[in-house]
Amino acid sequence: MTDPRPSTGVDDAILSVDGVSVWLAGREVLHDVRFDVRPGEFTGLIGPNGAGKTTLFRVILGLQPAGSGSVLVGGRPLNRRSPIIGYVPQKVFLDPDMPLRARDVVGLGLDGHRLGIPLRWGGRREAVDRMLAAVDATHIADARVGNLSGGEQQRVLIAHALISRPRLLLLDEPLANLDIRAEAEVVALLARIAREQRIAVLISAHDVNPLLPVMDRLVYVAAGKTASGTTGEVIRAEVLSALYGQHVDVLHVHGRILVVSGAEGASGITVEETGGAPAAADVVAPR
Amino acid sequence: MSHVLNALFAPGFFANGPVRAAVVVGAVVALVTGAVGVFTVIRSQAFAGHALGEVGSAGGSLAFLSGTNPLWGYMGIAVVAAGLMEVLGVHRPRARDVATGLVLGAGLGFAALFLYLDTTSSTSTGVTVTILFGSLFTISQPMLPGIVALSAIVLVVIASCYRILLLSSLSPELAAVRGVPVRAVAIAYLVIMAVAVSLAAETIGTILATALLVGPPATALRLTKRPGGAMVVAGLFGVAAVWIGIVLAYDSFYWPPVDHGWPVSFFVVAMVFVFYLGAGVVAAVGRARRNRRVGMFPAMGESGCEPHVDADAA
Repeated sequence: MTDPRPSTGVDDAILSVDGVSVWLAGREVLHDVRFDVRPGEFTGLIGPNGAGKTTLFRVILGLQPAGSGSVLVGGRPLNRRSPIIGYVPQKVFLDPDMPLRARDVVGLGLDGHRLGIPLRWGGRREAVDRMLAAVDATHIADARVGNLSGGEQQRVLIAHALISRPRLLLLDEPLANLDIRAEAEVVALLARIAREQRIAVLISAHDVNPLLPVMDRLVYVAAGKTASGTTGEVIRAEVLSALYGQHVDVLHVHGRILVVSGAEGASGITVEETGGAPAAADVVAPR
Repeated sequence: MSHVLNALFAPGFFANGPVRAAVVVGAVVALVTGAVGVFTVIRSQAFAGHALGEVGSAGGSLAFLSGTNPLWGYMGIAVVAAGLMEVLGVHRPRARDVATGLVLGAGLGFAALFLYLDTTSSTSTGVTVTILFGSLFTISQPMLPGIVALSAIVLVVIASCYRILLLSSLSPELAAVRGVPVRAVAIAYLVIMAVAVSLAAETIGTILATALLVGPPATALRLTKRPGGAMVVAGLFGVAAVWIGIVLAYDSFYWPPVDHGWPVSFFVVAMVFVFYLGAGVVAAVGRARRNRRVGMFPAMGESGCEPHVDADAA
């Protein structure tokens, strides 16, 4: 160890993204992305669909090379075999025919990358039970995952990601396809995990509103560019207008944030939920 | 007691050499295809498995031409076909059916040629039927050790890759994040499936081989929710189907048309299908009983999950 600084210090960033640009098929989909995530911090990665959130996750996970810039995880370049990052991907199709119980999925988070068959080594079952309890999933431990509700499946996948004791948890659109109650439950669970276990949580979403009560910081992605800071610093007309490259307004309505684009011409104003591309829709669905 | 035995097992059943070879080979192969097939079903690769079995017709007929055992032909061609499918893009979701179909078509083209040459080069017209639909009673006894050894190798590979296969079947992304070489695992599985389906082709023919690869595992998946348990149950259903098939085929020698036994493959595949339907009934009854006990609406257990919608194409 030649590095004089302890990389696990309280104030050191667990994730440091610095000047990352990504080209896909000759197109720059992310430009000069930079932000830090610290232990125990709850960070939202907010932006419209197609803005590059999943691509950014793939870069952080080492599944997609960055064209330029650097990603440091725990102060070091990524080592994919170290379980320092837990990941909940957006698309996990849990078919009802899949012969996996919730506890099997969680157990695979512990040793699914190993050769051989799972032996009953001391504490494996207890570790799985503890993890299921931590995500309030004890009662569904022996149910087939494919038969669980969307919110229950999400909790099982979070347990799968957490059982290897990562210090950073990445979740790609975990709130998509959830009803309002399941959405609130998952957000509360993640906030509790971040606080109690001092795990940094980085969660992507196209709507900022469900995360407002728990988010410490956010990274806003639009048109391949990012802005990061607290909600108050980033969700402002000047900042978002610069990101989108066109004028947008930010409205606060009943505690919710709406990003509003001044439409070209005199046809009036189009409104979009935060994160949606301006002028892409003209109605906000009440939640 | 002996009346019952005589009614079930026609005279001479237990003393018959080919029958005993069939009983052993059928059981070993059913255990292997049961274990391998559980992953075929949960990875939705039944079409690839079927193709790997059917292209074996080309290898089997070529082996007949050169006088070697068809099993080596089945396996050689199936492994080559697995490699070709990979090259043509079977790992890409949108290309997999096309890659599989192309290889299947090419393989069957060669089978047409070699089977034609087989029938013109010998007086035996039975070779086509034997290769396509199998003939468990004609397995040569010297092949037994080879078949058992191959089966053991396949089972060892499946056991050692068990968790890795499960994780990458659950989600290739989750597996990749944990450092699993997902594509290499997929290729390895394709090769293992090629070997397993070749063993099945040796017992019930190249065309029917998928019945053993997919049928018993699909049956087991209706009845058990554990992956390891499903493999054992699938193996047992496969063994039962093969053994019952052998008994019925042997008995059928006394059925009309008298002195011509019915094809054993017919009985095996029929049993596989009957088991699958039966498991559906058992599973439905079990669900209804559970729901009544819990006092739930009957449909809740099965369709309680929310639809998965592609929300973000990024």
